[in-house]
Amino acid sequence: MKYFGLIWSNAWRKKIRTSLTILSVFVAFLLFALLSAVGYAFGVGANFADAERLIVINKITLINPLPIAYQNRIAATPGVRSVTHNTWFGGYYQDERNQFAQFPVDPEEYFSVYSELVLPDEQFEAWRKNRTGAIVGQALADQYGWEVGDRIPIQATIWTKADGGRSWEFDIEGIFSSKTAGAGATTFMLFQYDYFDEARAFGNGTIGWYVLRVDPDADPVQVADAIDQQFANSANETETSTEEAFAASFAKQYGDIGLIVRLILAAVFFTLLLVAGNTMSQSVRERISELAVLKTLGFTDMSVLWTVLAEALLILAIGAILGLGVGWLAVEGLNSQFGTQVPLYLTPMAFVTAFVIMVVAGILSGIMPALQAMRLTITDALARG
Amino acid sequence: MSKPLAKLQGVSRVYQKGKERVEVLHDIDVEIPEGDFIAIMGPSGSGKTTLLNLLGGLDKPDAGTVVVGDAELSSMSNSQLSHWRATHVGFIFQFYNLLPVLTAQKNVELPLLLTRFSSKERAERAAIALDIVGLADRAKHYPRELSGGQEQRVAIARAIVSDPTLLLCDEPTGDLDRETADEILKLLQILNKEHGKTIVMVTHDAQAAEYANRTLLVDKGKLGFKAAA
Ligand SMILES: Nc1ncnc2c1ncn2[C@@H]1O[C@H](COP(=O)(O)OP(=O)(O)O)[C@@H](O)[C@H]1O
Ligand SMILES: [Mg+2]
Repeated sequence: MKYFGLIWSNAWRKKIRTSLTILSVFVAFLLFALLSAVGYAFGVGANFADAERLIVINKITLINPLPIAYQNRIAATPGVRSVTHNTWFGGYYQDERNQFAQFPVDPEEYFSVYSELVLPDEQFEAWRKNRTGAIVGQALADQYGWEVGDRIPIQATIWTKADGGRSWEFDIEGIFSSKTAGAGATTFMLFQYDYFDEARAFGNGTIGWYVLRVDPDADPVQVADAIDQQFANSANETETSTEEAFAASFAKQYGDIGLIVRLILAAVFFTLLLVAGNTMSQSVRERISELAVLKTLGFTDMSVLWTVLAEALLILAIGAILGLGVGWLAVEGLNSQFGTQVPLYLTPMAFVTAFVIMVVAGILSGIMPALQAMRLTITDALARG
Repeated sequence: MSKPLAKLQGVSRVYQKGKERVEVLHDIDVEIPEGDFIAIMGPSGSGKTTLLNLLGGLDKPDAGTVVVGDAELSSMSNSQLSHWRATHVGFIFQFYNLLPVLTAQKNVELPLLLTRFSSKERAERAAIALDIVGLADRAKHYPRELSGGQEQRVAIARAIVSDPTLLLCDEPTGDLDRETADEILKLLQILNKEHGKTIVMVTHDAQAAEYANRTLLVDKGKLGFKAAA
């Protein structure tokens, strides 16, 4: 691009003004990166949701349990391929600040439903055979430095043991990874439901919720209705929804974070447009006669338009790249500190969105001055200058 | 007499000033031979700049034809005129009109951005042009670091870098002291005599006009050559 030198020099005509404009672009994109990562953390469930998976919860609330006895009847419902159950354990490791998710599950069933998880066969076998065995996600293992063979105590916040104790000990038999990318994909722990149900002080014979996979040719909505009808008018009525809808309602508990994030960003980028637009129109106003000289030398109206527009895009791009870069470093840093509690992640989609915003903001802030430059007639401009 | 480089026939230019119609040039015929050096003189507002703009394809006549070389400027579109200007004509202004954000070298390279030359070729040609105007040692300087005379030399280098046949100068010495003005005028004379440039120069200054071969007088919409003294 042979015009780059010209565009670059023009962009730095007033160094302080351009620096301040770039600074405001930088701040906007830094905020964008941080808020996107926070938005991701609050939508983590939804990020891994699978349309072919259904969740069955107690109709009253998610917190009310369901009988384990429902499992066979759910499995027998036409259209259900496999089913497993899940329960929120809610424990921490050593210190209350070390919170992460633990679930007592049935190993085989769980892996048939959550096929995105990857665990070496021999580790899976070892876990299945050990009643107090557990497997942990890679991110979790990295965070606490756990290895296969470690014995770890988890303090229960809900589930006291029948003997009155609150400390549950587990042998780490495996470390799993996930085919799904992103923070939060492997920040939880799984252990055996049989051990959990036998050792706990209350709630025996119940589970938190069921997760099932429907046959590929079955209609998830019909399957969900069929399940809920089976348990209508029973002591524990059910409510079945897709995993996506379930995760979304789970995230709603925190208020509509996504909306708040979008509103803040809209305000930030609106301000940014005013700042960048003002810089560009001032800059063009100051060099009317220079633009006329370019046209005199043989630059066409179109190429003059492009040099001004490219200048706006350049300023936006410098600020955006710096802002996203620093934002990315900050998210990575925070993630290595607190990733297992609040999984922060900048998705590829967030980068694509940032790129689109950058281009659109560049065009919007540059287009009016660029058109003004394009329409300029040489004789008028030189007579004025 | 050599064949004409530029030929204006029946040219009129009218400006609308509010409700008033001002006919700046009225039915003008003039021929400019190739290799000539012509001064244009006339009172302020008589249409000297207008005439120069028509010759350089910056403006179009309301009536008549303007032909420069093989190009009939009066019937060309704006973008055709842009492309034509890039290679056929060089402009020199009273206030130099250099880009303050570019060095002398980069200012001189500007017209070459519109050509197919590589960046190396552009730099070489700009260096040659700066050498011709005697400013090879100021290539890296910004306009604000140069004197008025030096700025005008850079502007001349920019005007000749794409090797046009025609140079149009609008009061090129209007902002310079006598001594500097004479240096610039001598440089124009060299470009005319040694480099074969056809030069049309608007000036207020009778001494400046002495450097030209002939003087064209413009007044009240008409023009004619000054009788040889
Ligand atoms: N773009 C324009 N619009 C309206 N009037 C103009 C324009 N350009 C020049 N004029 C008028 O045309 C006349 C001649 O202008 P110009 O050619 O610049 O004169 P000179 O260069 O001889 O001083 C002046 O009266 C000027 O006001
Ligand atoms: Mg004039």
